[in-house]
Amino acid sequence: MSRKSIRQAINEALALEMRRDARVVVMGEDISGGMGAPGEQDAWGGPLGVTKGLMPEFGRERVLDTPISESAFIGAAAGAAATGLRPVAELMFVDFMGVCFDQIFNQAAKFRYMFGGKAVTPLVVRTMYGAGLSAASQHSQCLYPIFTHIPGLKVVLPSSAYEAKGLLIQAIRDDDPVIFFEHKAMYDEEEEVPDEAYTIPFGEANLTREGDDVTIVAFGRMVQFANQAADKLEKDGISCTVVDPRTTSPLDEDTIIEMAEETGRVVIVDEASPRCNMATDVSALITQNAFGALKAPIKMVTPPHTPVPFAADLERAYIPSPEKIEAAVREVAAA
Amino acid sequence: MSDTIHPIVMPKWGMAMTEGMVIAWHVEPGGTVEAGDEIADIETAKITNVFESPVAGTLRRLVAPTDEMVPVGALLAVVADDAVGDADLDAYVTEFQANFVPEDADDGGPEPEYVEAGGRRLRYLKMGGGGTPVVFIHGFGGDLNSWMFNQPALSEDRATYAIDLPGHGGSTKDVGEADAEEMARAVVDFLDVLNIEKAHLAGHSFGGAASLVLALRHPGRVASVTALCTTGLGDDINMDFINGFIGGKRRKDLKPVLELLVADPSLISRDMINDVLKFKRLDGAEAALTAIRDTVFAGGRQTGSLRSRLGELRMPCQVIWGRDDRIIPAHHAEGLPNGVAVHILEGAGHMAHMEKSNEVNRLLEAMASV
Repeated sequence: MSRKSIRQAINEALALEMRRDARVVVMGEDISGGMGAPGEQDAWGGPLGVTKGLMPEFGRERVLDTPISESAFIGAAAGAAATGLRPVAELMFVDFMGVCFDQIFNQAAKFRYMFGGKAVTPLVVRTMYGAGLSAASQHSQCLYPIFTHIPGLKVVLPSSAYEAKGLLIQAIRDDDPVIFFEHKAMYDEEEEVPDEAYTIPFGEANLTREGDDVTIVAFGRMVQFANQAADKLEKDGISCTVVDPRTTSPLDEDTIIEMAEETGRVVIVDEASPRCNMATDVSALITQNAFGALKAPIKMVTPPHTPVPFAADLERAYIPSPEKIEAAVREVAAA
Repeated sequence: MSDTIHPIVMPKWGMAMTEGMVIAWHVEPGGTVEAGDEIADIETAKITNVFESPVAGTLRRLVAPTDEMVPVGALLAVVADDAVGDADLDAYVTEFQANFVPEDADDGGPEPEYVEAGGRRLRYLKMGGGGTPVVFIHGFGGDLNSWMFNQPALSEDRATYAIDLPGHGGSTKDVGEADAEEMARAVVDFLDVLNIEKAHLAGHSFGGAASLVLALRHPGRVASVTALCTTGLGDDINMDFINGFIGGKRRKDLKPVLELLVADPSLISRDMINDVLKFKRLDGAEAALTAIRDTVFAGGRQTGSLRSRLGELRMPCQVIWGRDDRIIPAHHAEGLPNGVAVHILEGAGHMAHMEKSNEVNRLLEAMASV
C-alpha cells in the first residue's frame, strides 16, 4: 500500500490483469508509441503516459499501437472480445466517439442480446473526458450520458485513484462491454491504493460523506468537488451526504432514493451538458420514488448548455465548482 | 516544584491518523493530573479513544477547542507546576504555535514493510528498537492496524512488530491449512527471517490461538504470551459474526456485523467499515476467510481446543477478555490453569485492546518488562 496517482492506479490495474490473464490485450493510438518505426519505443505510453511501461513488459503482441482510425480499432476490439480476447481499447478522447459509435452501440452493446445470450463481449473502452485543461470544445466533453442511454453498455466514472483501480479490474473481468471514463484533469490526484488486485462491484454507490441535512449526488470528478463543498459546509453547521454512484449503468437506484429520503433535500452535480444528462435522470428517479420525502425542490448544478469554452477564464466559469455546489446546497437547505 | 512546561499534543494512533478532535475534556483548567490520568476523549476518523496524560502537574491551559479537527502533534493543552507564571505560559503557547508545522501526510512515521518468509510475502509494521521485541498477532479478518492504540505505547522501550497473518491485510492470501497451527508456522517463519530469537507474543482472537500454539511448539522462542479474547479455549463462536463478516458486501450489511465486535456500537466508524470492505475486495481475501472458517469453526463450533495443554506453558502467560465480548464469551477464560493470569475488562467487548487500550497496554507492558 502506498500513495498512488490515478495514472499509476490505472497502469497498475492493467499490468496486474495482463499478468493474470493472457487474454487481456491493450490497444489504441500511441498507447506505447513508435510501433513500426525505428528509434525510441514506448516513448509515449499514451497521450498522458497512462499505459507507459506495458509494452516493455508484455510486448507488441499484447500492447498494440493502432492506426489513427477509431472506427477500425474499436471495431477490431469488439470483434476480438466476441472471439475470445479481453481487449482494453483506448479511445483517446471520448469526443472522438462520433467516428466509432456504430461499433460500440450497434455492435458490441447488442451482441449478447441478439445472439440469444450465447455471445459475451468482454470489451473495455478506456476514454478521457471532461473539461479543465483548456483543451477546447472537441476535447473536453463528458458524453457519458449518451453511453448510459444505450442498453447493453456498462458505464464507469471513477472518482479517485482507489476507485479507479478497483473499478478498472472489475471492468476487465466483466463479460459485457464497459466504457471506462477517465477525467483528464484528475490523473495526478493521489491517495492510498493497495498494491494487490481488488475489485469494486458495479452498481454499488459509495457514500463519501454522511450527513443529515442535504444529499449531494455527484459523478466522476464532481464527487471531489462535492466533498470539498460538504467539508466547508460542515463547519457552518450544514452536514451533507455525498453519493458517488461509481457507475451510471448499472445505477444504484436504491441507495440514491434511500439517501434522498433520509435528508429530503437533494443537489445533483453533473459536469455533462445539462439536457438529458445524469442530473436530469437522477432527478426524475428521485421525484418518481421519493417525492413525498422531499422538503425542497431538487437543485441541479451543471454547466450551461453550450460547448466547452477554450479560454481558460470562460472554461473555469463553465465547470461546476465547489463554490457553485456550496451555493446550491445552501439554497436547498434554506428552502 | 519545577518550572518545566509540558506540552500535551494530539497523539498519533495508527499510521493513517493525521488529525483528531477533542470531544471532551475530563479535567478543568487548574486541575491536577497524574501521568496516566484520563484527561480527554479524542475522536479520529477510525475510532474514539480515551487519552491519558503523559505527565503530571497542573493542567494550566486548554489550547485546543473541543469538536475541532487539529493535526497530529498540535498543542492540546499545557501542563506545568503552579510556580510557572502566566506570562511564561502564554509565551510558551505563542512560541509553540508559531513554530508548529503539521507533519507531512507522506512522511507520517513508520511505514509497513514486506518480508518473504516460508514462501509467503508477509507485511509487518516495525516500531521502536532494542530489547526483547513484542510481536502483535491480529485476529480473524483483522490486520496490523488492529494494534494502533497498543503498538506505539509498547514501542517506547523495545522493538515491536505487528504482522499481517497469511490471508490478511497486505500479506499473501494463501492460508495453507487455514488453522492456528499454520498461522503459528507463518509467525515462526517471520521470526526466523527477521532473526528474532525470542519475543513476547500478543495475540488477539484467532491470533491468540496462534500465539498459544507457537508458545507450545517453540517454548524457547517465546518470552511471554498474552492472549486476548482468544479462540482455542472453548467451543462457542458467534457464527453470525463470522458469516456476516465474510458475506457482507456493502457498508450497510457490514455495519451491524462489525458492531458485534465492541461493547459500544458507536465506536464503529465509517472508516473502519470502509477498511474492512477494502480488505475484503482484495483478490483471494474472501477465499482465505472462508477457508479459515471452514477449518477453525467447522460446524459452527470452535475446533482444536488448547485448553488442556495450557498447563504445559512455562513462560509467563496471561489471558485478557472483554466482559461483554459477543464473539467469544468471556467465560472461556474461566477454569484455566493456575499459572495463567486472567484479566476480565469491564465495559469492553471483543476488541478489548482498542476499547480499553490503556488497561491492555499496562498489562502488556508489565508482561514485556519482566
